[in-house]
Amino acid sequence: MDDRLLIKKGAEASLYLEEWHGRRVVAKRRLPKPYRLPQLDRAIRGQRTKHEPLIIHRAKEVGVPTPIVFMVDPSEATIIMEFVEGKTVKQVLDGLSKEERAHLCVQIGELIGRLHKGGIIHGDLTTSNMILTPSGKVVLVDFGLSEQSEEVESRGVDLHLMKRALLSTHYKYAEECFEAIIRGYRKVMGTEATDEVLKKIREIEMRGRYVSERRLPSKT
Amino acid sequence: MPSKRGASTRTLRCLGIESTADDFGVGILSSDGEVLANVVSTYLPERGGIHPREAARHHAEVAGKVLVEALKQASVNPDEIDIVAFSQGPGMGPCLRTGATVARALAAYLNVPLVGVNHLVAHIEIGKLVTNAEDPVTLFVSGGSTIISAFEAGRYRIFGETLDIAAGNCIDVFAREAGLRPEEGLPVAAIVERLASQGRKFISLPYVVKGMNLSFSGLLTAATQLLREGGHSLEDLCFSFQEVVFSMLAEVTERALAHTEKPEVLLTGGVAANRRLQEMIRMIAEEHDARFCVVSKEYALDNGAMIAWTGILAYRCGLTTPIEESHVRLRWRLDEVYAPWVEELKRIG
Repeated sequence: MDDRLLIKKGAEASLYLEEWHGRRVVAKRRLPKPYRLPQLDRAIRGQRTKHEPLIIHRAKEVGVPTPIVFMVDPSEATIIMEFVEGKTVKQVLDGLSKEERAHLCVQIGELIGRLHKGGIIHGDLTTSNMILTPSGKVVLVDFGLSEQSEEVESRGVDLHLMKRALLSTHYKYAEECFEAIIRGYRKVMGTEATDEVLKKIREIEMRGRYVSERRLPSKT
Repeated sequence: MPSKRGASTRTLRCLGIESTADDFGVGILSSDGEVLANVVSTYLPERGGIHPREAARHHAEVAGKVLVEALKQASVNPDEIDIVAFSQGPGMGPCLRTGATVARALAAYLNVPLVGVNHLVAHIEIGKLVTNAEDPVTLFVSGGSTIISAFEAGRYRIFGETLDIAAGNCIDVFAREAGLRPEEGLPVAAIVERLASQGRKFISLPYVVKGMNLSFSGLLTAATQLLREGGHSLEDLCFSFQEVVFSMLAEVTERALAHTEKPEVLLTGGVAANRRLQEMIRMIAEEHDARFCVVSKEYALDNGAMIAWTGILAYRCGLTTPIEESHVRLRWRLDEVYAPWVEELKRIG
């Protein structure tokens, strides 16, 4: 266990930096949940461990860069995948010039558009789940919550999550970034489908379900 | 015994009427959080589920009796009531309308303010009162609702909910399909629990969690299918069915808890009585260093006390419901309710 370096601890899985046949890799391990019946626990973790690489692969088919999966072990609920060199978009976004930022966000919007067009919902679109490689390519990671859907509702929720992530971590540029993302998204999805999703996002915001940043007039 | 809460200049008494589904309840609370009366009459269908019109007829029949009983229990005269609160929704139309009519008439007769209360908010507020929870992630599971909620910026936000049927409804329908009948004082869900405790073999059933949301309809269909086919003991089926339903609830509760980092988990609603569900949610709370709070049956099932208490909270923030706005709201969502009293209470301490 000593050669494992924990790099991210999530609610469902942990990521470790490890060596695997001389390669530097990321191991995603889904942790057992003690409250669940062991049999059911194994089945759920195994199922998700198999499902995630399938979606990662489908994303590649629709032209979205994702990590290379080297090995899948459902019995250990472990996925061994490529360690993607680069920095997260979260780390770099605030240090970019206005033009660079817009360029990067349009690129991200195109990737999200390709996913949605291909019937894939990422489920956890945040700037820490996007890696900018030294060559300037964006790689999407963490498909743990992803699902296959072509519904406007799912697309709206997906993009709304993106917007919320921008608002909470890149407050100053959130608006211009989201606009640039939509420009990229529109290039892939077309005007009609994009407007439909934008309308859905407004509807979701009005529902007030996912918006904690929308402050209400406070009583004094 | 419920604790005393909040400071106010004068002690107020609120009478609350609950009538969203099969229960007609009247509760009387004082503004320092003391439950003076809590009387409930439950409509028992001869077979099958709740028929809204039949339930409403029951409510109309017992309303007078339950009201008198509550006033007697609280030892107060009608003219000592300062506020009348009623559950305005969500729920079954005919049932809600019956309770609302009683409330409007009573408020007009006593010449006191009327407060329309959201039934879901009321479940959370009474849960907080009786368990001393301050800022919990709430898992509310009943025959009509399955909601994972926590308070953020003025409202009880919904972090997860069912996309189709409620978990309690799923259990009830499964029980009826299995031919189970309520026994003296025991609802069918309690019989499923008892049978489940005798089950040993786990049978795989659909487990559907989509992000933070849940879906039970596929699970119900698959479980009923297995019932009809035979081949498995009823004990094993109940056991497997329960394990899947509760694991789904637990998973989403854990995610909401990890995300919000709240200090407490509140378990309430009719299904909260289940020991296995309590065990799972307790384990999750412990893992995240949160206090586990489970609401006792009297306040976890639909009751008038919760409506009265929420009526007091709203009234103290200046919220009342004029007659012309007191129409019932069948699909009133939890997160549509502006709840200024929550932060107000924190401020007072």
